[in-house]
Amino acid sequence: MNIIISHASEDPIYIQIVNQIRHSILSGEMKAGDSLPSIRQLAKDLQVSVITTKRVYEELEKEKLIDSVVGKGSFVSGANMEFIREQRMKLLEEKMIEVIRESRDLNMSEEDVINHLKLLFEEEQPS
Amino acid sequence: MNAIEVRNISKSYSQFSVDNISLDIKKGYITGLIGPNGAGKSTLIKMMLGIVRPSAGSIRMLGAEMPSEEIAIKQRVGIVSDDCFYYEHLSLKDMKKVIAPFYTKWNETKFNRYMEQFELSPTKKIKELSKGMKIKFALAIALSHEAELLIMDEPTSGLDPVFRRELLDLLADIMQDERNTILFSTHITTDLDRIADYIAFVNRGKLVFNDVKDDVLDRYAIVKGGQDLLDADIRAKFIGLRESSVGFEGLVDDRKQAQELFGSYAVLETPSLEDIMYYTAKGGPIYA
Repeated sequence: MNIIISHASEDPIYIQIVNQIRHSILSGEMKAGDSLPSIRQLAKDLQVSVITTKRVYEELEKEKLIDSVVGKGSFVSGANMEFIREQRMKLLEEKMIEVIRESRDLNMSEEDVINHLKLLFEEEQPS
Repeated sequence: MNAIEVRNISKSYSQFSVDNISLDIKKGYITGLIGPNGAGKSTLIKMMLGIVRPSAGSIRMLGAEMPSEEIAIKQRVGIVSDDCFYYEHLSLKDMKKVIAPFYTKWNETKFNRYMEQFELSPTKKIKELSKGMKIKFALAIALSHEAELLIMDEPTSGLDPVFRRELLDLLADIMQDERNTILFSTHITTDLDRIADYIAFVNRGKLVFNDVKDDVLDRYAIVKGGQDLLDADIRAKFIGLRESSVGFEGLVDDRKQAQELFGSYAVLETPSLEDIMYYTAKGGPIYA
């Protein structure tokens, strides 16, 4: 898992870290049961404050994406596959909305878009 | 849990005073004490260490009363200061021989490791050291007696950017153990602030705030816009405001309110600690 924070970004640092860990989990890069670095280790690695990384883990726990066990550390939660699917659906929806907006800019009709999508589906057969 | 508890301490000098400051330094975290030159940072730290006696108020360190339990407390405190307390004519090796016996938990292996890491030659005299090397030597001493509380007064002044970054890693290493606490003061906000959990801001002998750094940076905002947006009521919302012929830039401590007030007419930015220090220290209007 890579985390890249920008001090020039408008987003607060803790949001940047949450977004990237969340993305790693939702994209399947990190799987249920995978362990995360400790709060203090992550703070050292990213050169941010301990309170910042603490807040990151609290937020991810609230989203039920990770579990923290006292004395053992934090792990990607396995109990929440439904939720993760739901979240990935949401991400997919966002991308679809983007497609719809883009196609409107190109003056494509709903039918055009669906037909084009069908075509792409046929080309992208799962191997 | 607090590593340091300062209660209502005051001290007056002819030029300035520390005025009724109460302050908790949280155990397990890094606190940055910031403020302009002469704000009272060093006096505050000297009072914590018993070097300056407050005229009123009390101080507890690591759960014990200062100054009555000073000797026991100091065993567990590491001090790095801008002022050099060492004998100029001694070599580092001899200076260490003077200091080490005071500490019951002196760790010679650790000391030698830090001397090597900091590229300090044991035979060099204190007076031959650059300012940065003196800080490194003080750091090696402070880290070699298992201190739980590290107090650093202006540690980065005189340090080159390369070692400042190394210092970040070194401090983060210390903080891997959650029983440890670090307090440092600085008048230049540097990379050190990056890893600070809490920021205590002192200005003109008074505590302006002592708060989680992330919350401070969320709460304050820099507003930039055109002169036409300003009237007396709006000006009063700013902690500090710099007006020029091409617009204004100012600091507010209520980001939400500023967002509602200015909407899309002005640009809102997250301030740096330096911005907060500058506008608070100047206070009121600044005309450029």
